Amino acid sequence: MKAIIIDDEFLARNMVKEYLQYYPEIEVVQECSNGFEGIKAIQQHQPDLLFLDIQMPKINGFEMLELVEQPPAVIFTTAFEEYAIKAFEAHAIDYLLKPFSKERFDKAMQKWQQLGRQEMALQTGQLLEGLGNQPFRSNRIVLKDNGKIKIIPTANIRYLESADDYVKIHTAEGAFLKNRTMQYFEQQLDPQQFVRIHRSYLVNVQLISRIDPYEKDGHLAILSVGVRLPVSKSGYQKLKQLLGI
Amino acid sequence: MVRSITTGKGFYIIFCCWWLAWILVQAAMVERAGFDFLIAFTDALCCNILLAGCCALIVNNMRFYLPRKERYWYLLVVSLVESAIWLLMSKWILKLLFRSNVAYQAFLDQSVPIRYILAFLMIGCMAMIAILWYTLQEQQENDRRKEDAERLAKDAELLKLRQQLQPHFLFNSLNSISALAGSQPEKARHMIQQLSDFLRGTLKKEEHQLVTLEDELHHLQLYLEIEKVRFGHRLQTAINVREEAGKLLIPSLLLQPIVENAIKFGLYDTIDTVLISLDAAQRKGMLELTVTNPFDETTAVNTQGTGFGLASIQRRLFLLYARNDLLLTHANGSVFSTTLLIPQNIYEGHHH
Repeated sequence: MKAIIIDDEFLARNMVKEYLQYYPEIEVVQECSNGFEGIKAIQQHQPDLLFLDIQMPKINGFEMLELVEQPPAVIFTTAFEEYAIKAFEAHAIDYLLKPFSKERFDKAMQKWQQLGRQEMALQTGQLLEGLGNQPFRSNRIVLKDNGKIKIIPTANIRYLESADDYVKIHTAEGAFLKNRTMQYFEQQLDPQQFVRIHRSYLVNVQLISRIDPYEKDGHLAILSVGVRLPVSKSGYQKLKQLLGI
Repeated sequence: MVRSITTGKGFYIIFCCWWLAWILVQAAMVERAGFDFLIAFTDALCCNILLAGCCALIVNNMRFYLPRKERYWYLLVVSLVESAIWLLMSKWILKLLFRSNVAYQAFLDQSVPIRYILAFLMIGCMAMIAILWYTLQEQQENDRRKEDAERLAKDAELLKLRQQLQPHFLFNSLNSISALAGSQPEKARHMIQQLSDFLRGTLKKEEHQLVTLEDELHHLQLYLEIEKVRFGHRLQTAINVREEAGKLLIPSLLLQPIVENAIKFGLYDTIDTVLISLDAAQRKGMLELTVTNPFDETTAVNTQGTGFGLASIQRRLFLLYARNDLLLTHANGSVFSTTLLIPQNIYEGHHH
């Protein structure tokens, strides 16, 4: 069995390693100090278990997980006790609040051993889907663009467009794809800034310069950058409410 | 608001009964002096209604003006004066009513001293009761206010404690100690010592207290040592204090959150080694402190304004100096700097 420990603090990684000594069947194949190293290591080793910190340089633990194609079972190790982690309680294999005891660690390992690999993959998948349902708003989006990791501050997003199984994120630098649903983004992004104006469009309201009537009941939102987007009936209601018109 | 003594029915019932009783007593006394019932009753009624009015007046006055110092002299003088006025008025009315009755006129003149003494006692007692009542009310009000203030202060203190203890820092440090305890117990003990010194220093200080920069830097050093154990070689610091700046004054616990912010910002926004620098100098009668940290301009989300948890520092500076221009942030390439200005001549300033 292979495990990877991802934590930006050397001593925190040592702590996990020390407790893992009592599990000779588990081999720590790599230790990583940030999410970038983590993604590479996971692709390279395809581990069975991940010990993951949340607050880390550049991209946090959640953002890193999102970029992994088939995430392994995850045990969070963090001092980050805020609401987000509580909300994940239902889905995570387990999370350990630093500093944690050997007994608490063993309990998490027991939980993991009792689950089959299939179930675990499912559970991590649910964890990620659940992310969008939590009041855990991020002010940036992390994605992979031609194998490179791209961090987009939400303020730089013009609008999002659904594209089959992906969502196309339009920015000044161009469009980027991310393998998530529109619903996910609608929940993840600040509702004061991004409005679902149409089944296929989520727009940054700060960029709307004009709203024109279009055909029978429809409307068109015209962005300051020159883009014209269709607005559905319910989308128009939402815009009216938010902009107070 | 102080509750009036006349609130509720109780007071009026007792007040009325009391005067009714006195009317009867006085009427009986005047009748025994040899006058017919009509005269006796009119005398009693007239005197006591006027007296009741005087008492009501004094009670009402006390509600709005409660004497503090020399209250007993005040009481005495007011009672004497009011009784005198009452006496003149009642005598004048009665004389007018029974102009033709010579015997009654003589009786009235004769009974002046006893009437005066009785009225004085009545008004005096009434005023005394009113004073006691209102003093008691005031005392209860004060107690309630004091309780409220104490509760508020306690709440504020708890909040302050929670903010100062910085749970993330504390729990991560404890985790490091836990890791060290197994392999390097000596180091673990050393770190516990540092953490204790740091926490003690934080708890001991008051927010409004002014300390020298040297003292504050000593406190900061403890914090940096702990952070360096946590982050190892990734965290580098450079502290450069001009000689004259060390003795300058700074409100306690103001610098550490700024450095903490720079460390967080630097460590979580870049992958490489992070250099946090602190420069202190005296400039135009102010202590100028500049903290810098590296950052990535392409991914940093909040480079404008004073985000990054500096809002509370801004607020404190405003409360202390009533100025909003003492905390400045500046992004230059990949270096973010936070500049803090602390006015030094704030107290001497008033003498010029």
